[in-house]
Amino acid sequence: MATKNSVTTTNMVAADRTVPLVEAHDLRKNYQLGETEVHALRGISVKINPGDFVAIMGASGSGKSTFMNILGCLDKPTSGRYLLEGTDVSALTKKELAQIRNQKIGFVFQGFNLLGRTTALENTELPMLYSKTHKNKRRERAREALTQVGLGDRADHLPSQLSGGQQQRVAIARALVNQPRMLLADEPTGNLDSRTSVEVMEIFQRLNASGLTIILVTHEPDIAQFAKRELVFRDGQIRRDDVVEVPHVASQVLQTMPTIKD
Amino acid sequence: MDLSSAFMLALRALGRNKMRSSLTMLGLIIGVGAVIAVIGIGEGAATKAQEQLAAMGSNMLFVGSGSVNRYGLHVGSFQTKTLVQADAGAIVRECPSVSAAAPGTGTGQQVVYGNENWATQITGTEPQYFEVRNWPFASGTSFTEDDVTQAATVAVLGDTVRKYLFGSRNPIGETIRIGTLPFKVVGVLTPKGTSAGSNQDEDDVIIAPLTTVQKKLLGQEWLRWIMVSALSRQASYVAQQQIESLLRDRHKIRSGDPADFVVRNLADMADAAAEQGKVMTVLLTIVASIALLVGGIGIMNIMLVSVTERTREIGVRMAVGATEEDVRLQFLIEALVLGLSGGTLGVIFGVASSLAVSHGLGWPVRIPPYSIAVSTLFAIAIALFFGFYPARRASRLNPIDALRFE
Repeated sequence: MATKNSVTTTNMVAADRTVPLVEAHDLRKNYQLGETEVHALRGISVKINPGDFVAIMGASGSGKSTFMNILGCLDKPTSGRYLLEGTDVSALTKKELAQIRNQKIGFVFQGFNLLGRTTALENTELPMLYSKTHKNKRRERAREALTQVGLGDRADHLPSQLSGGQQQRVAIARALVNQPRMLLADEPTGNLDSRTSVEVMEIFQRLNASGLTIILVTHEPDIAQFAKRELVFRDGQIRRDDVVEVPHVASQVLQTMPTIKD
Repeated sequence: MDLSSAFMLALRALGRNKMRSSLTMLGLIIGVGAVIAVIGIGEGAATKAQEQLAAMGSNMLFVGSGSVNRYGLHVGSFQTKTLVQADAGAIVRECPSVSAAAPGTGTGQQVVYGNENWATQITGTEPQYFEVRNWPFASGTSFTEDDVTQAATVAVLGDTVRKYLFGSRNPIGETIRIGTLPFKVVGVLTPKGTSAGSNQDEDDVIIAPLTTVQKKLLGQEWLRWIMVSALSRQASYVAQQQIESLLRDRHKIRSGDPADFVVRNLADMADAAAEQGKVMTVLLTIVASIALLVGGIGIMNIMLVSVTERTREIGVRMAVGATEEDVRLQFLIEALVLGLSGGTLGVIFGVASSLAVSHGLGWPVRIPPYSIAVSTLFAIAIALFFGFYPARRASRLNPIDALRFE
């Protein structure tokens, strides 16, 4: 149980402290790309505890996206075991995987992936459409989630009427709305300017402080400094697994940055 | 995903592309509309034909003088001189399945009243003709047996003749001239409309005593036809045989030789007309079904385009927890909504165009409720059938690839 970065969180409610949230044993993933076989993951073993904030770094092709897809139950490893809250995910059916994505995982993508011509509120409601939540309850919880990311007053805006940062915050609200166990963010700041990036990290830090486990993929070292732990991938293996000694605090960084009014 | 949300989703997705959705539905609208209009017009025509034949009397038989073969030369019908008034009497007396018979002949003549004149058909017959043909009087009465015996110059007018000669005036008691002879009008018949078989105006006729027409207008002693009324529709087939053997006997035709008369049975004609109508309806329904099928292919085409366009959306939905069933349901319901609205609009279009045809062309139209139900269900079935493949394709997408799709 003692990983080297056993950061404690006080208000994590559901998780049993003795069971890691994520436990990967020798994960391997091979693709057939035409004639050649690509080894995207060559034996990944890692444990992530509830309440952790992990940044995954690595060049493109290092296997970090493949690893994220497996963590997010969008893909299955060729071999190895992936336990999510102690449950072996590789044994589950497609339907059960969909349920896990719906209930336990929130996704944030680089390109936001909001539905066009659909209001922020309805975008946020989307996961609840697949979780048998009553219509009135859906509205209410989507509004709460939007307020949480500071967009309570933009609920009826369409994505095209929102800035990039605002769109990413809608995406975060959507990821939060079913109260997942972990948030998976794949290059969430890749399409954002530096100040907006820090704003997003500020939200992540706030969510993490309240107990949410966050795993984010980035190739910007600055962004990784906001996390508590840093995994570096290379050639389908974990090369480094470090505790970030003194994580940057986004709310403080923001005060030092000039505000760009547009 | 619950059904009401799925329906809302489908309505919004289709609403976003109104132009495309309506064009997609157009095939179904035309298909369903065509089915309903075709069946409506077909049923209307069949009903009208049945009514006309029933009005004529489906228990009626028609005996006509036949064609003759003289020295190898065939001449047309109504040429033999062997059918005579006595034959009509004999048919009533000796054929047990016959209730009445009216002998008759006819000629075309110019008719004059005051300044008006009109070319029409003069039918010579006996008073029972009106009963055999089930033809009531609008005003006045028939001529009498005595009029026939005395070859009286009296006439009964068909409605068309009355209209042209008298307009709104009362013709009863007036004198008209047929050819060179003055006739006194004693009665006017109710309008009968166009005949089912020949498409002739049945009301464009003047009916006078048989002997008057034979002696004073034609100078012929023989008959062109005898209208016979059988005891019932079933009896008409037996009556036909009885008449044939009686007349062969009376005309001394050896067995094997061709008859010098023809007997036609209106029940047969009614059956033939109904059969013809059925064949027509089946053919047109096949054509309309092909239109529906093409409409279905249109739906499949657009749904496939839509699935491709919305690949990323499908990826996002799967990432946030949509199962394959959820995605399939979403697209199936979109197809269903297309089918349902296309079908409904098609019904409206079909009913409207039927009514337009009925008003504009004066065709009788009768839309049976089953045609509406069947064509709507067919439209929905087609939409679901052709929507299934695109929906399945959407549900089989790999979420990772779908999310990366540009």
